[in-house]
Amino acid sequence: MEFNAIYVIVAREFKKFIRERSRLFSAIARPLLWLFIVGAGLSRLISPDTGVPYIQFIFPGILGMTILFSSIFSSISIIWDKEFGFLKEILVAPVSRLSIVIGKALSGTVVSTIQAAIILVLFPFIGFKLSLLQFIGVILICASISFSISAFGIVLATFYESYESFSVIMNFIVMPMFFLSGAMYPVKLLPEILRICAKINPLTYGIDAIKHVIFPREAGPMSPDFSPVTDIAVILITSIVFVFIAKKAFERKG
Amino acid sequence: MSIIRVENLIKRFGNITAVNDISFEIEEGTIFGFLGPNGAGKTTTINILCTLLAPTSGKASINGHDCMKESSKVRKAIGIVFQDTTLDKDLTAAENLIFHAYLYNIAKDKMQERVDDVLRFVDLYDRKDDLVKKFSGGMKRRLEVARGLIHRPRVLFLDEPTLGLDPQSRTNLWEFIAELPEKHNVTIFMTTHYMEEAEVCDRIAIIDNGKIIAMGTPDELKKAVGGDVVYIKTTDNASAKKEIERLFRLDVSEKEGELYLTCVMGDTCIPEMIRTIGERVLSVRLQRPTLNDVFLKLTGKAIREEETSGMDTIKEEVRAYRRRH
Ligand SMILES: Nc1ncnc2c1ncn2[C@@H]1O[C@H](COP(=O)(O)OP(=O)(O)O)[C@@H](O)[C@H]1O
Ligand SMILES: [Mg+2]
Repeated sequence: MEFNAIYVIVAREFKKFIRERSRLFSAIARPLLWLFIVGAGLSRLISPDTGVPYIQFIFPGILGMTILFSSIFSSISIIWDKEFGFLKEILVAPVSRLSIVIGKALSGTVVSTIQAAIILVLFPFIGFKLSLLQFIGVILICASISFSISAFGIVLATFYESYESFSVIMNFIVMPMFFLSGAMYPVKLLPEILRICAKINPLTYGIDAIKHVIFPREAGPMSPDFSPVTDIAVILITSIVFVFIAKKAFERKG
Repeated sequence: MSIIRVENLIKRFGNITAVNDISFEIEEGTIFGFLGPNGAGKTTTINILCTLLAPTSGKASINGHDCMKESSKVRKAIGIVFQDTTLDKDLTAAENLIFHAYLYNIAKDKMQERVDDVLRFVDLYDRKDDLVKKFSGGMKRRLEVARGLIHRPRVLFLDEPTLGLDPQSRTNLWEFIAELPEKHNVTIFMTTHYMEEAEVCDRIAIIDNGKIIAMGTPDELKKAVGGDVVYIKTTDNASAKKEIERLFRLDVSEKEGELYLTCVMGDTCIPEMIRTIGERVLSVRLQRPTLNDVFLKLTGKAIREEETSGMDTIKEEVRAYRRRH
């Protein structure tokens, strides 16, 4: 593995992220809108005696959404790099395909985790307190989900070659992944078919892990759906599998 | 010593044979040109040599390393300026170069110095902190050449480096390319579809439909086509004809009241000719051999301008547009 190459691929993404104010702005505005408009609206429909207030319940899901969008966006930029030629500069360098994939996955991880951290800092508005340990736990989980989703995004980018496919990816992969992830409603309350969909969605386990950290004592319908060990195992295994598939896909390309 | 060796290289895409059994060798420290029309197989050959594409059959090696089996060693030894720009337009010139320096694992303490050196060499040092999207086509090309040189490659590939540039930047770029082997100790492999540009090459291979149809120095090739044609009108064609024939020991013909002769270096013949026939000259014009002439001569057909499909034209325009932006 070439660490200099991995470093510079990440540094490039970070630089672009900092420079693109609109990307940063919408990354912060979108979750706030969801939290205060959707969350505040729906919390009136849901009776307060089910445990965690709804606006707090969807908070892990909002973090998951931020990570999902930003990681996929970061990885899908490979399609742009291909379209505008820059990918060739990377492919023709003496750098292993594994390093390129890891560099790209870490790029998504860094920008997504930064955004998740910003959202997390804004949370006191919705009325709960996290200890420093919980804060660190959430950030670590966010970083690992980001890595897994970014690696998944690289796989998508190698399958969808043109930027016309961007809206296909958004509408048919990213949005369903968000809605079927336990972000808006507990997985255990979903109808059978949707529950199966949620169970094969890696994001579900990431959000579930955050629920474990944020609501450690919750036992009602709003409680986490899987054991913490399952969550962590799924995140780690999917990360490795996606990195492996992406590496294979890159090798096929030359 | 040959730094690039290619033997019986074939590349098929489905039923298209893009590269059809070509073989050649390139001497270290020389400029080698691949001259041929659109779709001849130039870019495909470069992609194979720079390890981005596996050939259907045949051998290719650079600096003794097999392009297929030792791709990592080959990649370290080469620099490339692709046909289409591969810069990140949202980064500055210096950032693009630093990115490259990291990719090629250049020691951190040497990085800045190398980047500054190549920027000065291509005359872009003053603009190093400008975003690449603000650069003109010629500046982008120079920046890409600079980038290709940072890691001190043994071979630099230039795929149609002047495509989409205005005539002035084109001339500048060629003068600049001509200096590279000596100043940077590299071998140049370049492609073009302009005959006049092949002038700076030490050797040229003419490629058509995936086959090399002629190879040699520019002079040799020009001789094969017949060289330059000089047309001259005088007040007394009969006596002028005799004197010119005696001067160059060449046959001079006459057509529609105009004398014409074929010679290798038309531009140096003209002054001598005028000195000899003096006052009698009415007009002189020089016709250089073009790729068209070479083609006509070698393949019996004109270069296939008319065969360029609409899609190719659109692609060219999109490329030219991207290069400007
Ligand atoms: N990836 C590809 N798939 C199919 N055909 C290709 C591909 N790349 C090139 N070709 C075909 O191979 C031929 C040579 O192309 P190319 O090497 O780009 O020519 P040049 O660079 O000389 O203009 C063309 O007919 C082109 O359409
Ligand atoms: Mg080409």
